[in-house]
Amino acid sequence: MPVMPVIFETSDCELTALLQGEIDHHTAAELREEIDRAVDILKPEVLVLDFSRVGFMDSSGIGLIMGRFQNVRSYGGSLRVANPPPTVARMMRLAGMGRLGVL
Amino acid sequence: MRGKVIPQNEMKLVIPSRSANESFARAAVAAFMAQLDPTVEEMTDIKTAVSEAVTNCIVHAYRDTIGKIWIEAGIYDDGRIVVQIKDKGCGIPDVAQARQPLFTTGGSERAGLGFAVMESFTDRMTVRSAVGKGTTVTLEKRVAQRYRHDG
Repeated sequence: MPVMPVIFETSDCELTALLQGEIDHHTAAELREEIDRAVDILKPEVLVLDFSRVGFMDSSGIGLIMGRFQNVRSYGGSLRVANPPPTVARMMRLAGMGRLGVL
Repeated sequence: MRGKVIPQNEMKLVIPSRSANESFARAAVAAFMAQLDPTVEEMTDIKTAVSEAVTNCIVHAYRDTIGKIWIEAGIYDDGRIVVQIKDKGCGIPDVAQARQPLFTTGGSERAGLGFAVMESFTDRMTVRSAVGKGTTVTLEKRVAQRYRHDG
């Protein structure tokens, strides 16, 4: 079964998760586990979710972002969304994510 | 009043409610829709709406079980695509409430945006549901006809 790849990079107090491929309810479950495992170990001040290589995302991606947002906030960290392609950005706007200050 | 309009072409797909089929379902509808010569954005809109509807079947209709999902699509001479996603799962007790953005019974990892996305990314969405019998979602979108295909 294909697993959606995620590549991690760390610099200073930031952890960047470079998400790749398509994000739906199926792939989001695997992504959630991978990201939470890295965050639990590193406890980064800032978690950056980089969407530059995401070709498709449905509202499961919004659930993924919200869940990670709450996770990093629980220990005082913050989350930033980076490089969403236009269709992904549209989904984020529809979800009202501008209000969270993560974009 | 208009009579029953016959689709120019149609397809049917039956899949079990396994999450691995989410990508297959939306890709299959998108491939069928390609006959209408849609823009990438129009295709993404339908893929997203179908993905939401199929996910609802998996997460809600057949929550603790695996059931069948029926997907039927038709394309019409006037550039419309109509996609029907049907399940025989638990049904929705209050459709108006379920259609509200942010309403979810799916837990903290679900945004509660499925119906809002389907509505926003299509021209028309209808939901018919009966508790204990199942749910049928119909999505309709008109693709701008940049040039006409004959045949």
